[in-house]
Amino acid sequence: MTAISSTADHAAVRDASIAVAEGRARARLRRRHALVIGLRLAILVVFLGLWELGADYNIIDPFFFASPSGIRDQIRVWVTEGTSQGPLWLQIYVTLEETFLGFVIGAVGGIAAGIILGRNRLLADVFSIYIKIANSVPRVVLGSVFIIALGLGMASKVALAVVMVFFVVFANAFQGVREADRAMIANAQILGASPFQITRTVIIPSAMSWILASLHVSFGFALVGAVVGEFLGAKQGMGLLISTAQGAFNANGVFAAMIILAVMALVVEFIITRFENYVVKWRPAPFNEQGT
Amino acid sequence: MQLQPMAAERLSQAAPPADAAIAIDDVTLRFVTPDGHMMTAIRDFTMTVARGEFACVVGPTGCGKSTTLNLVTGLLRPTTGNVRVMGNPVNDISRDIGFVFQADALFPWRSVIDNVAAGPLYRGTPKAQAYERARDWIGRVGLGRFEKHYPHQLSGGMRKRVALAQTFINQPKILLMDEPFSALDMQTRTAMQDELLGLWSEQKSSVVFVTHDLEEAVALADKVYVLTAGPGTVKSVYRIDLPRPRVMADIRYDPKFVEIAKVIWNDLREEVQLGQSRTLQTGH
Repeated sequence: MTAISSTADHAAVRDASIAVAEGRARARLRRRHALVIGLRLAILVVFLGLWELGADYNIIDPFFFASPSGIRDQIRVWVTEGTSQGPLWLQIYVTLEETFLGFVIGAVGGIAAGIILGRNRLLADVFSIYIKIANSVPRVVLGSVFIIALGLGMASKVALAVVMVFFVVFANAFQGVREADRAMIANAQILGASPFQITRTVIIPSAMSWILASLHVSFGFALVGAVVGEFLGAKQGMGLLISTAQGAFNANGVFAAMIILAVMALVVEFIITRFENYVVKWRPAPFNEQGT
Repeated sequence: MQLQPMAAERLSQAAPPADAAIAIDDVTLRFVTPDGHMMTAIRDFTMTVARGEFACVVGPTGCGKSTTLNLVTGLLRPTTGNVRVMGNPVNDISRDIGFVFQADALFPWRSVIDNVAAGPLYRGTPKAQAYERARDWIGRVGLGRFEKHYPHQLSGGMRKRVALAQTFINQPKILLMDEPFSALDMQTRTAMQDELLGLWSEQKSSVVFVTHDLEEAVALADKVYVLTAGPGTVKSVYRIDLPRPRVMADIRYDPKFVEIAKVIWNDLREEVQLGQSRTLQTGH
């Protein structure tokens, strides 16, 4: 038997060529990144440009479909002079407050209910049918009930946001608890964990990725709940702003409010993602091309 | 069949002595499957593990090897017969027991040190003391530089080391292992077997080690139980008189080892074939 020796002489040459290749690969990645960003911007510019031109030449009727410049002017007026129902920031604040309250109450309730039912077979079997029924009711309709029962103030909007959020979070938390790894639970049990310790240190962390996924979706739902609630009847808020604009045939106003809502949702989504990365920092980095 | 080589002495089964670490006495376990059929997992099963003894259980797939471990933990109750651990009947999960799983049972959201400290923390040890002991155990399995890593950042072999530290930190008098190294590659498995024997010889725990790998069983054990194809019962018991300490990388070339493995394999082969043909017939 002879061992085949490797040649060490070429090591230096090899290192140099590796450095060159790495440099090229990095440059290629940078170029690709720039290309993606450039194309995204180009699409936006072309879209807005065509819209604006279409509106100028009356191909798209700006009375019904607004125009980018009209929307911009509307936002500027709202920012500088305030809206018909008071300053813009107050409307944003009111809607955000309703959304947050509804989101937090709904999420906490959904997580608690999901864990309790996920851990208790009997309760799960008994209640599953009612939850299915409640889930199949179009919940936005409840908005009318809440306005009647709770009035035009904040409570009715918060209630609508809560029911929008609760079921989504509940379903995910329940599933997450059910999917917790059997071997992991047995391991904790043998290591000496009590049932409560198992729930706290095994069940909840393993359901966490399910719960966090549902929080992303359900914040959007909370916003829908709050805005629809305002739509149906309110004294303040972005939903009322839209409904007023609609009543005045002000298409620019509707679009402007929509854009403000979208920005609010994006900002909160960003915050939730940061929170998620903080909470589940133990997870392997996902294969992710989005957002680069 | 009476003539057995000295090194692999076939033992006769007697009623277990009172001071045994584990005594499974004439146990039959049946359970009802979700579709309403009665299944017999093991029948007339008798097994004794003395204090400080290393017993291996081998048998064909699906013969109830893992069931025997769950009888000892108390996660399963015998239909007839009785199980005693350290002289006491099994009621609840005993504090004396440690269990190493086949699958990865580490908590992926906890770092290595948090995983290892889990046992003492669950059992109410003060935090500082638990972490001090965890640090000591991580050092003993050679992962001192990986305290702060998460399981997904470690290799399969390193994760098994964490699992061993996590189990041994509770200083179990009884150590149950369910094919713990079956997912590892050959070299890593050999290293882990040495690691295990090292830890075991310090701790003097009584071990039941379930495996489908006969060579692993012979290399590690004082005593090898061969089970029949399901429903499992003990076919024969062999005492393995290879000297200790054993070095895993060398022992498989020891002529005595080869001879023992051959004798037990002849015994096991029929059951494996029976088990396989049955699986092919019934389709599960």
